[in-house]
Amino acid sequence: MSQLDTHNHGNFVSTETIDGEIATLNLGPTHPATHGVFQNVMKVDGERILSSEPTIGYIHRAFEKLAERRPYNQITPITDRLNYCSSPINNMGWHMTVEKLAGINVPKKVDYMRVIIMELARIADHLVCNSVIGVDTGALTGFTYVFQEREKIYEMFEEVCGARLTTNIGRIGGFEREFSPVFFSKLKKFLKEFPGKYQEFDDLLTRNRIFMDRVIGAGPITPEKAIGYGFTGPNLRAAGVDYDVRVMNPYSSYEDFDFTIPIGKDGDTYDRFIVRQEEIKQSLYIIQQALDAMPEGLYHADVPAFYLPAKEEVYSSMEALIYHFKIVMGETPIPAGEVYHAVEGANGELGYYLISDGGRTPYRLHFRRPCFIYYQAYPEMIKGSLLSDAILTMSSMNVIAGELDA
Amino acid sequence: MSVQEINNASVLEALAAEFGELIINSDEPYGFLTIEIPAEKNTAIIQWLMEHPTIKMNFLTDLCGVHFPDNKGKEIGVVYHLHSWTNNFRMRIKCFVAAATPEVPTLTTLFDAANWMERETFDFYGIQFVGHPDLRRILNMDEMDYHPLLKQYALEDETRDDKDDRFFGR
Repeated sequence: MSQLDTHNHGNFVSTETIDGEIATLNLGPTHPATHGVFQNVMKVDGERILSSEPTIGYIHRAFEKLAERRPYNQITPITDRLNYCSSPINNMGWHMTVEKLAGINVPKKVDYMRVIIMELARIADHLVCNSVIGVDTGALTGFTYVFQEREKIYEMFEEVCGARLTTNIGRIGGFEREFSPVFFSKLKKFLKEFPGKYQEFDDLLTRNRIFMDRVIGAGPITPEKAIGYGFTGPNLRAAGVDYDVRVMNPYSSYEDFDFTIPIGKDGDTYDRFIVRQEEIKQSLYIIQQALDAMPEGLYHADVPAFYLPAKEEVYSSMEALIYHFKIVMGETPIPAGEVYHAVEGANGELGYYLISDGGRTPYRLHFRRPCFIYYQAYPEMIKGSLLSDAILTMSSMNVIAGELDA
Repeated sequence: MSVQEINNASVLEALAAEFGELIINSDEPYGFLTIEIPAEKNTAIIQWLMEHPTIKMNFLTDLCGVHFPDNKGKEIGVVYHLHSWTNNFRMRIKCFVAAATPEVPTLTTLFDAANWMERETFDFYGIQFVGHPDLRRILNMDEMDYHPLLKQYALEDETRDDKDDRFFGR
């Protein structure tokens, strides 16, 4: 009898394994257990992985080339589609990059509004990742619990910008409108009710013996290796390195908030799970602080050359009409120069390297996509482990196909 | 040379003292130290920055290509972003090569992370990273016979006449 018959992952193996014989296993590109378009051609001996060769690029959409043809405000929707589990963070990162290039200072209120949106997005992203780790160990229940909460976050995004997943939220210079009273009531309700739901989810998995046995020691990485492989974000912190862009290079007034950076020890799946769990709590704490200390003021910077005027003004004032036309047609003058701006995305340092020659579009735009960089450590992390651990390792690394392939 | 306080001026001074003429030029756009070095010296200079007792540029944040077709003899460039976590200091290093012989030594000997980043740069710009263990295309299909981010390849099909740039503000 084949030794694989007893395990639910066995049916992917292309040839029956006989002891000592090495089989080639084609995992992906489309498979429910990989949560995205990833292909790994593995050499397996029974259930042990001997080597793995990832192939990526299945959903490459040439964003960097596209960006060279688009005016600055039309690039925001492209950034949505990088890490689509937390689009608002990508949008904000892009707005801040352009603001840095153009020398725009946004009001404190915008910073705080952005922090609220970004931390909500981080919670949504971590909820997806952590609950999917649960699903991959066979615990579907927690997933259904937290997806209700994620839905509430999406409803809040919808209230702010009208969209849910690919948000295109905010504008260069601020937000398109003030947060509505409905948004604030939804946010307050969420802050009140979410900790209970979170606790329920936490109780299901965090100290669950079966879950712990399953994930502790799966796909570990040492801090030295993690740094060498360019890890950032929760995956790096799980390995015990407290690098966080929000603290190292604060942007959007993160220096005003009090929060801690959770770190792990072994860099395995369990540590990655725990770090994300704790980051959700810290994000809630940051949102609460931003909400309590929300400054008075305008929801956008006074930059008519970049920020679309109100529609009523466009119909009645000549200046507004001119600016409206120039912004829509992408004729806003922008200084020549180059900037690098990084934000702490939900899965690591999301950087924008932008070269402007003063033209209507970027001369060159490069996205530093955290999961593109750390996914290359995957073959090394799963070498010698069981196939089912490899699935867990991938989901706990939070590799998002959209960001990986840009 | 020991460097007490790490900032743009002191790092640049230390680099100039160590490498002299090899630092072709330097700039600080938006306060971000940027230096240009000869392509063949990239590994040596980055290794020196990495192993320096106080500067300690321990992290390769980003690596990407750029293309300036009008820059004759130095058309194609590689841009490295380095970060020193102990000093919270970032800097950018550029090196340029001629489009005819786009050869740059690999950084994979220093950073594992450079592997895919260099493959991506090769894929889009055709830069040959000398010494790279596995220089293949990564995002585009293997059969592709050009490097699409080079400026000579227009994004849109140039034979189309239904899209007149004048009407799109281009």
